[in-house]
Amino acid sequence: MMISESGTSEKLSLEELHASVGVRSGRKHVLSILVENKPGVLTRVAGLFTRRGFNIDTLAVGPTDDDAVSRITLTVDGAVHPIDQVTKQLHKLVNVLKIRDLEPADSLARELALFKVTVDGPQRSEVMQICDIFRGKVVDVSKESVIFEVTGTTEKITAFDQMLKPFGLVEMMRTGEIAIARGRDET
Amino acid sequence: MRAVDAIMECLKAEGVEVVFGLPGGANLPTYDAFVDSEIKHILVRHEAGGGHAAEGYAKATGKVGVAFGTSGPGATNLVTPIVDAMMDSVPVVFMTGQIRSDLLGTDGFQEADTIGITMPGVKHSFMVTKAEEIPRTIHEAFYIARSGRPGPVVVDIPVDISRGEIDYVPVTDVSLPGYQPNIEGNAKQIRQAAKALAAAKRPVLYVGGGVVLGNASEELRALASSDRFPVTSTLMGLGSFPAEGQQWLGMLGMHGTRTANYSMDGADLICAIGARFDDRITGKLDEFAPNAKFIHIDVDPAEISKNVPAHIPIVGDVKSILPRLTSEYRAIGADSARLDGWLTTIEGWKKEFPLTYSDTTDSEIRPQYMVEAVYEATGGDAIICSDVGQHQMWVAQYYHFTEPRRWINSGGLGTMGFGLPAAIGAKVGCPDQDVVLVAGDGSIQMNIQELAACAEEGIAVKVLIMNNGCLGMVRQWQELFWQKRYSHVHMGDYPDFVKLAEAYGATGIRLTEKGTLVEDLRAAIATPGPVVVDVRVTEEENVYPMISPGMAARDMVG
Repeated sequence: MMISESGTSEKLSLEELHASVGVRSGRKHVLSILVENKPGVLTRVAGLFTRRGFNIDTLAVGPTDDDAVSRITLTVDGAVHPIDQVTKQLHKLVNVLKIRDLEPADSLARELALFKVTVDGPQRSEVMQICDIFRGKVVDVSKESVIFEVTGTTEKITAFDQMLKPFGLVEMMRTGEIAIARGRDET
Repeated sequence: MRAVDAIMECLKAEGVEVVFGLPGGANLPTYDAFVDSEIKHILVRHEAGGGHAAEGYAKATGKVGVAFGTSGPGATNLVTPIVDAMMDSVPVVFMTGQIRSDLLGTDGFQEADTIGITMPGVKHSFMVTKAEEIPRTIHEAFYIARSGRPGPVVVDIPVDISRGEIDYVPVTDVSLPGYQPNIEGNAKQIRQAAKALAAAKRPVLYVGGGVVLGNASEELRALASSDRFPVTSTLMGLGSFPAEGQQWLGMLGMHGTRTANYSMDGADLICAIGARFDDRITGKLDEFAPNAKFIHIDVDPAEISKNVPAHIPIVGDVKSILPRLTSEYRAIGADSARLDGWLTTIEGWKKEFPLTYSDTTDSEIRPQYMVEAVYEATGGDAIICSDVGQHQMWVAQYYHFTEPRRWINSGGLGTMGFGLPAAIGAKVGCPDQDVVLVAGDGSIQMNIQELAACAEEGIAVKVLIMNNGCLGMVRQWQELFWQKRYSHVHMGDYPDFVKLAEAYGATGIRLTEKGTLVEDLRAAIATPGPVVVDVRVTEEENVYPMISPGMAARDMVG
């Protein structure tokens, strides 16, 4: 059924209305959240995820150029959770100042990882070559082990991890991603 | 000035008339300030009673309720009212004492992490770390509690901080950069909604507690009467639209009327106003209102499309949105005749499926009849409080509320024991109105100690216990869904509520005769002071109709 408003040509039919709901984007989202630097704020953010049944994939917290404000960068799987519910619930926290859902194309994301590998003899040079390819650095060497430092996107670090696994990987440490908007705009 | 005297000044500035609470070690300084303050304090017998009383006060008056408790167990006893207030969006400020700040984290005597324990259930919370911060914190707490979507705010003050001295300067502003609650409602969206209403052939206005909280009952009535829109309400919205007349469909949801649920099922447009599509409303979500598009008006953006897709979301204050929607709708000049078919269908459902029960032929009192008798005895004009269970549903079905803030119950959390303290709060807030609590024999025992507060303070609440000797709603579910394998639902013969009432200093009455029930209730309600009436009703009676859990509205039973 079509109706028209007096004086305009605008029309509306109920059939044409579309709801956007619980849409799962199917991709990873990097949320950059500015929060007041007060005790318990991280607990409020993390607790909200637990309470609403959302999973945090990675989480990084650090200071900003303003002492009163901290930044939480977290990643959420948009295939599992409707991202608009996550951000709307976050907005309800009184200590949350600003949330930005960073578009992959408009932002840069980096993670830092440390890998400890037990290698000796010919294997050692082989892993160091792999490290070179990934533009990693050797930051510690002992008779039986090497520690590599790598930065990059989550995907790059995961790829490096896969390459090292066959060589007796002892430990891996990852920081979780931080991200920044490209260009002049503030994140 | 002593920091605690500044607390009293702040409460006064916020318009607080009364505080419900119980003192203890960690809030001794604050209680000392009550001695010289004009602010009234009602001593409850359990902190949960104080918390629910503050809720009842807030629900009845629309003002912010205030509850005090000490640290540790005082604070943990407040957890239930805090979460209850969160679920029903009740503006309450909870102020708790905390142990000395130098002892925090040492597992000191009566230490509990109040902020941590309450965090998932508060709108916001503050731990005060400096005495100078107390005034600003209190004002911010009140502002957050009452604005936007209302809710509970906890202020936790270590005892050494409240002992401090400060230079008190009245606070006239709040500084909450991350909190912007007041939204007007987008004009374009409102116009879209008006057009959708004009295009709809089978519209329903589905209203919730937000209309009561937003004081928008008049505005809702104006919208409904701008055409012949049928109106249904959630449990929490009852009274926002008068429960009478052609447009009223009755309550919807699990124990709503068939007419209301069938109307939702058949609607082509549902306009949700201050309602949140709870599972008790939708039943099986996939089959909820399968033919409908949705307009969703709510002050909380996170409610939009949380459970059900909104085609036209309008975020903002319902009191500002509804009049604009009404005038936009009127300007369209839609042809009201398009609704004829729909209204005829609805009339048919009303005739075919009225709320009904099989009354007794002897003197036994059916619980539904008891509610009808309460309605008659009060002239439909009292503030009615309830606990949680079958009696709550029967009151919602058979007491026809015509005004908002006359129906005070625990909806979201479903807290047994809410009723008596909430009735106390309502009576303290509205001393000139009759306040009648319809309680269950199970629920009443969860906070019955507050009868002492009623007697001591002369709070004349009338407690009508719908006594069926069992935990009725649980019994009903065991009957219907667990093959009558009754497990721990029978309450036995004790206590004797009449003797118990007398021991507490209230009048105790027992009623068992249907024939004189209305007059007996009228006499009981007219008896001065607190009164407890033990009304014996049929044990095995079920609340019908019913959408069985996980089923669709059109499959209602009973």
